[in-house]
Amino acid sequence: MECVFGMVGKGFALVVADSSAVNSILVHKSNEDKIMVLDSHKLMGASGEAGDRAQFTEYVQKNVALYQYRNGIPLTTKAAANFMRGELATALRKNPYMVNIVLAGYDRETGPSLYFIDYIATLHKVDKAAFGYGSYFALSMMDHHYHPNMTVDEALKLADQCIDEIRSRLVVAPQNFVIKIVDQDGAREHSWRRTTKD
Amino acid sequence: MARYDRAITVFSPDGHLFQVEYALEAVRKGNAAVGVRGTDTIVLGVEKKSTVKLQDSRSVRKIVSLDDHIALACAGLKADARVLINRARIECQSHRLTVEDPVTVEYITRYIAGLQQKYTQSGGVRPFGLSTLIVGFDPYTGVPSLYQTDPSGTFSAWKANATGRNSNSMREFLEKNYKETSGQETIKLAIRALLEVVESGGKNIEVAVMTNEGLRQLDEAEIDAIVAEIEAEKAAAEAAKKAPAKET
Repeated sequence: MECVFGMVGKGFALVVADSSAVNSILVHKSNEDKIMVLDSHKLMGASGEAGDRAQFTEYVQKNVALYQYRNGIPLTTKAAANFMRGELATALRKNPYMVNIVLAGYDRETGPSLYFIDYIATLHKVDKAAFGYGSYFALSMMDHHYHPNMTVDEALKLADQCIDEIRSRLVVAPQNFVIKIVDQDGAREHSWRRTTKD
Repeated sequence: MARYDRAITVFSPDGHLFQVEYALEAVRKGNAAVGVRGTDTIVLGVEKKSTVKLQDSRSVRKIVSLDDHIALACAGLKADARVLINRARIECQSHRLTVEDPVTVEYITRYIAGLQQKYTQSGGVRPFGLSTLIVGFDPYTGVPSLYQTDPSGTFSAWKANATGRNSNSMREFLEKNYKETSGQETIKLAIRALLEVVESGGKNIEVAVMTNEGLRQLDEAEIDAIVAEIEAEKAAAEAAKKAPAKET
């Protein structure tokens, strides 16, 4: 019942992910950080098979870092998204990665952007995205309340509305959520929404 | 001897690997490079030949970052350097990926030296024609290190070293004048060593400083300022030497 969603606001992008690590009926931990900070201005929220998630996201992170050392400048968000899609597509017909990703980034020239990348290498540049059973609720809430150029407070209010909807309507809802934000000052953890202590 | 220095690296009857020795010759013709280790700073300095007027000097970076905490300067065949640096950068990230830890300076030096050695013991290839100076801080202990590798694949740690053109003069200077320094003093010592063999001036030297915070490339103005300081100190020392002699 993993859930990752994100949205673009005015000069920033937000990614929210649940923090449960589950194995059949057992909750291993409820403070698992599924939003990786890819580089100074990129966030990658990933959901799916736990091993694939860790493997793929770390692999992408190291390749993004390598690009920066080789070329002296960081990858744009669009380039990183396309790189990820390419890797997923190459592995798809052999040994697919079962990972769904919401990539948020801030580029100096183009501002904030959000990309929806699913496990069969679909790539879409979007304003709002969501994965998991929670996406049914999150997308509906965002369809209703989202508008372009929201402020951080408005976006957080919308994120909270989505989280509340997921908590109340999903049968095995995740207990805790983490919210991360990326803007011109960089990518960072914003806050947590907890119902249980770690 | 002539029969034992063909394209492949094989032993000569008296135990030489001529290709490796010729590679060392290539290094001796390369630009001068110096590295000095201080207590909290490590400085790399490289000679910049200023004969090319139309070249965009920003595209020729002689001191490169391998990772956040590791930098490299080299003397010799620059094209070979590009290949080695690329492999080292990949290894730095690969190490981070597999063991979730950044490389230590010794690890990456051993890797680069290992690569250079491989090419002295393979068929149909020639050794890399460069010696490298690798600097960095250990990610856990914060201890600064300076290592040198050469075309034969040997490596060792140094307090201060030089390679490339006139490296012997620079090394002699460093042996005479080395002492434990920190911060600005380390930078001055490195530049003084380089000035022994290079024309004075900010546009003939490239200097980078590695601290715990990372690598910082000094710009021309900064280097000129330090060079001016050094010249002033030299002039003062000369004047002091001459003055008492006059008295007697």
